[in-house]
Amino acid sequence: MSAAATPAAVPEAVRALARRHRFRAYETLPWIAAIGGYFLFPDYLALGAQVFIAILFALATDLILGYGGIITLGQAAFFGAGAYACGLVSAHGWGEPLSLLLIGAAAAALVGFLSGFVVLRATGLTQLMLTLIVAVMLQEAANKANDLTGGANGLQGMEIWPILGLFPFDLYGVAAYLYCLAVLFLGWLVLRTLVHSPFGRSLTGIRESEARMNAIGSPVFRRRLAAYVISAALAGVAGALAAETTQLVALDALSFDRSGGVVIMLIVGGIGRLYGGFIGVPLYMIAQDRFAEIDPVYWYFWIGLFLLLVVLFARGGMIGLGETLWRRLKFIPLRPWGRRG
Amino acid sequence: MTEAVSAAISIAFHGLAFAMVLYLVSVGLSVTMGLMGFVNLAHGVFAAAGGYVMTTLFNDYGVPFPAAAAIAAIVVGAASVAIERTLYRRFYGGDELDQVLLTIAIVFMSVAAAKYFWGSSQQPMHPPPYLSGQIEVLGRDFPTYRSFIIASGAVLVTLLWFGLDRTRLGAKIRASVDNRRMAQSVGIDTSGLFSFTFALGTGLAALGGALGAELWPIFPGYSLDHLIYFLIVVAVGGLGTIRGPFFAALLLGVADTAFKYLLPEFGSFFIYALTLAVLLWRPKGLFGQIGRT
Repeated sequence: MSAAATPAAVPEAVRALARRHRFRAYETLPWIAAIGGYFLFPDYLALGAQVFIAILFALATDLILGYGGIITLGQAAFFGAGAYACGLVSAHGWGEPLSLLLIGAAAAALVGFLSGFVVLRATGLTQLMLTLIVAVMLQEAANKANDLTGGANGLQGMEIWPILGLFPFDLYGVAAYLYCLAVLFLGWLVLRTLVHSPFGRSLTGIRESEARMNAIGSPVFRRRLAAYVISAALAGVAGALAAETTQLVALDALSFDRSGGVVIMLIVGGIGRLYGGFIGVPLYMIAQDRFAEIDPVYWYFWIGLFLLLVVLFARGGMIGLGETLWRRLKFIPLRPWGRRG
Repeated sequence: MTEAVSAAISIAFHGLAFAMVLYLVSVGLSVTMGLMGFVNLAHGVFAAAGGYVMTTLFNDYGVPFPAAAAIAAIVVGAASVAIERTLYRRFYGGDELDQVLLTIAIVFMSVAAAKYFWGSSQQPMHPPPYLSGQIEVLGRDFPTYRSFIIASGAVLVTLLWFGLDRTRLGAKIRASVDNRRMAQSVGIDTSGLFSFTFALGTGLAALGGALGAELWPIFPGYSLDHLIYFLIVVAVGGLGTIRGPFFAALLLGVADTAFKYLLPEFGSFFIYALTLAVLLWRPKGLFGQIGRT
């Protein structure tokens, strides 16, 4: 029997893939919350903009961490590259925000491309160390290149023009909030399309079994490098956004805290699911803020304890926990392949 | 000319002392990583703990310095077994991300705990009289304390290599690193071996932290600040070997001292660049494939 005689069989596989890509009702929730937040908390818009930036950064990280299976502790290299590129150009007389985002993305993509050749050849602990080293190397360079970057004092003299020539950045963060929200939305759309595309599926395939993907002729290294560069570019956009909204770039853009922080937030939310950042970032930021207020000196301990509890009892992060509870409730057998859906 | 020679000797000497501390702290990480495949970012915690125990015994209770360092190694090594059995063990062979998160959580908690018990400032460390000052070797003066570090490091390295190469226990460890399942099926108790090796590694790290307390002052952020150095030693040396990290530590110790002495305006930049270059050349480290012991 030829394939044409069973028309239902072939489209079914295609339909299954297409179904994964279809928009679901719950996917509107973050955006409803974001727009609701605009009206409900007018005093916290500046903070909200920073949350969106952190979520965008987490999304970028999820592409290589959750989908690519590359463990990174150096994502700040790209965030910082984007932030410094944007800051340097604007300090030298070009302050158009949208083009600065692209400049930040390009600079970060270049760093990702160059470092990808070293990082992606290694595996395991060595790979993790290499990602870390790229970030600390850039941080050390930015620290020592005092004349260019302002070193430990941060980059001075940035000037950002109004968005589209119409909306200047204001003290209350109204423009920043909406601007960051719009960029986050676009970044999310791009990534969502990407992970459901054949490219994204092959990336997942490489994560699950590199040997098999090699065997079916998938260009494993090139796919990984492409994902690495795309992730870097998006992280660069997040860095440039941070530079534009705060009009300041300091060494902490490249710090280990930033690299480690984004991975922690992502694991807390749940990796490889696109929504880990949307849950993990606000949760972690709130937890950090609460602990720091309750116990300003030893709050690190409580954050550590919180992470310990997450890793012991909530595998797959909050999304994984929710999924487990939901399946228990509906008596659906747990997914045999565990956390990465 | 004589100035250059004396600078070179000075760099070699201080680099060697630094390398000994680096090696003692990192060798356990390499072996446990190779044996259990566990991404342990909290290894520096044990070195810091060793430093804290030693400085407390030495400063507050007047225990002689070498004895205080030895007690620190034993106490930390024994205590680490409890952590290995209760926390680490659950994550062997599991997801690397879980291991990263678990060990970061341990680092965070230990940083806060160190601050709670010992305050946020550096632990004072003044070597005892018989280890301070200079000793003269071949008409040149060398700091006694660092000479002591080099000498005791050399003794420990010899013991460690001899133990791993020539004893039955060492053979079992090597067998387990090479092929864990095969080792299990010929009747080696790999689980007990894991605990022993882990304790040995953390004990050595504690010893390194204690002996190096003057080079690397003990303070709450110790484990995070020096993490990159431990990882460089392990990655450049190659996982699962004990010789590799030694040469990596030697390279790193001498190069770091040289760069900071000759080109202080670049900070650690060249060390990172050197590491990248080595790993671009040999992604599995210098000794990753050859000389697995």
